[in-house]
Amino acid sequence: MTATGDTVTGDADIRDAATGVPAAIELVGVAKDYQSRGRAVPAVSRVDLEIRSGEFFSLLGPSGCGKSTTLRMIAGFEEPTRGRILLQGRDVTAVPPNRRDVNLVFQSYALFPHLDVAGNVAFGLRRRGVKGRELRERVGSMLDLVELSELADRRPRELSGGQQQRVALARALVNRPAALLLDEPLGALDLKLRQTMQIQLKAIQREVGITFVYVTHDQGEALTMSDRIAVMNGGRVEQLASPRDIYERPRTRFVAGFIGTSNLLRRTVRAVDAAGPDGRPTVVLDAGVEERLSAPLHPQTGPLRAGDQVELTVRPEKIEMSATRPDGPGCALRGRIVEVVYLGTYTTYTVATHGGNEITVFWQNSTGASNIAERGDEIWLSWLPEHSYVLPESVDLPEADDQPEAIALPAAVALPEAVALPASVDPAEAVDPAAGTSTDPVAYRVSH
Amino acid sequence: MRRRAGALAPYFLVLPGGLWLAIFFVVPMAVMLSVSLQTGNVVDGFTQTFDVGVYADAITTYDTQFIRSLIFGLIATVATILLAYPMAYWIAFHAGRNKSNYLFLVLLPFFVSFVIRTVSWKFLLADDGIVLGNLKDAGLLPADFHVLATSFAVVAGLTYNFFPFMLLPIYVALERVDPRLLEAADDLYANRRGVFGRVVLPLSMPGVFAGFLLTFVPATSDFVNAYVLGGTNTTMIGNIIQTTYLTNADYPLASAVSFILMAVLLVGIFVYARLLGTRDVLELSAR
Repeated sequence: MTATGDTVTGDADIRDAATGVPAAIELVGVAKDYQSRGRAVPAVSRVDLEIRSGEFFSLLGPSGCGKSTTLRMIAGFEEPTRGRILLQGRDVTAVPPNRRDVNLVFQSYALFPHLDVAGNVAFGLRRRGVKGRELRERVGSMLDLVELSELADRRPRELSGGQQQRVALARALVNRPAALLLDEPLGALDLKLRQTMQIQLKAIQREVGITFVYVTHDQGEALTMSDRIAVMNGGRVEQLASPRDIYERPRTRFVAGFIGTSNLLRRTVRAVDAAGPDGRPTVVLDAGVEERLSAPLHPQTGPLRAGDQVELTVRPEKIEMSATRPDGPGCALRGRIVEVVYLGTYTTYTVATHGGNEITVFWQNSTGASNIAERGDEIWLSWLPEHSYVLPESVDLPEADDQPEAIALPAAVALPEAVALPASVDPAEAVDPAAGTSTDPVAYRVSH
Repeated sequence: MRRRAGALAPYFLVLPGGLWLAIFFVVPMAVMLSVSLQTGNVVDGFTQTFDVGVYADAITTYDTQFIRSLIFGLIATVATILLAYPMAYWIAFHAGRNKSNYLFLVLLPFFVSFVIRTVSWKFLLADDGIVLGNLKDAGLLPADFHVLATSFAVVAGLTYNFFPFMLLPIYVALERVDPRLLEAADDLYANRRGVFGRVVLPLSMPGVFAGFLLTFVPATSDFVNAYVLGGTNTTMIGNIIQTTYLTNADYPLASAVSFILMAVLLVGIFVYARLLGTRDVLELSAR
């Protein structure tokens, strides 16, 4: 049981009780161990999730995080080692795939090579005894939906990747399942087609109103399409929230690093103001002369005291640059530009702060915006406190044996200086504060 | 010049095999065709008379053996399918890492000569051999019970001897079935029978088709099994060809019988391919 796992369940339960609608899919303490050379290797450590009826839900994480295993357990191909899976309130943990009202779109599509497009789409309906006119009509209208009517008598191998993908989608959707499960369905397509398909998928989902559970390692895909995202890492859910919340208020260091580009500043808490400028609790952090650094204190962050070590995240596109010290109550740091990279729609500036951090800034190249600064210039960085988020240090290092996974940032963090990782990259050092006061999982819940 | 050589390269690849077939297949066939249309005997010599009456003689004289051979070949082929398919299925889907070991075990007896294996069957099944003799001594079988010289013995021998020619192609076809297709069928509400009947079986049909050809053609024209394990009532067309050719030295008749057999098999295979071939079977399987 982890801090994050607990919080996720808590949130979901509250929401569910409020609406009174049974969840489309519910995972209760689900875990999966694989046997490898006589040892049990956990693929999924513990997942508690409620997926609401009709939502586009994504499981997002790097490879090996347990997202595909979780999906395969929902489909019925893997039996959980522990925990229960409920479909529309009914326990299906021991029900085989062919009697579960969910359908899976396979990563490799797994189209039947001996059947034509219509035959593939009709497969599930035929097994359930649909025939004659109803069969023809349902297959026909599904092929219309995915715009494949002209190719109904083609074989899968005669189709392009994108067409095969749509056949796979149609073959699953035509059964009108309680939930459609998609295992990285766009992974094999090229970038342009993937972007088109993302929009189409979302449109189709809206049109049919079926719950989609979408597994991907592509954060852009998850952010584009999802109503809610569960970010997974090391067999657990790190954060479950809307795309906006995931992006703007990453709750763990892993999420901050995995989704988009984040600046991480490791600082000491100077004071906690129960009623800050806007009347909400605010954390004030150590900063240099004339500098200001503060952030709202969210309940999930837990109680903080002066002297605690924390990490502050702020997204590169939220930061303003100016030659003079900005007025107002916002955050303000001074630094020197060490790198300028022109990227077309925007320019990235890497700024070394006087506090010893490197901060990345995305500066939009819109009309009127000129090259405001050069390499070597002294500059002021500023942003609104609500655009930053405070992570208690090592919140995602609940167990000693998890450290390498929790810290290893995936390749998705592309820009080299984007995440200026402070000294805590060293696992040994990161544990130290964890042994102290603020990381006890119970501490987060008390304030909840 | 280089270009010319490049364009001709595919023909050079075909050349050695093509020459081989021309010398050792086409030429003897032409010679046999010519022989079948000759008249005469070994002592006086044969003359080319283009008398096609020998074909009519062959059919009227040996119609029993022709039909028997086709029936034996068909039964043996069906029997090998029934025996080999489940075994190939098990090896392909359930043998895990030991697949090649099991295949090797299946093929092991076939490293021994075809004739030796068949002769050893004769010893095993002899009227007072180690199996029947002991059972008769124990009073479990009547004293006049026998297996040798029956149709059963011949068909059983054919089934045994052509077993690997059925097993291997079916195994290869099953082995190539993507396991994710089985999961997809399972996901699309197919029960175990449905997964097999709608996905595995249709996808393995090319293997069964190949196995059928590799077994049916040689089993139908086989003469060793009927010669070693059979009797006078189980003579197959292969035996007729052998005795006509080697014992009676009636070369025209032997050649004519050979050509008729070949024609029957070709027509049979053609009909079979049209009936069971390719797309239509696969489409039917989806209904």
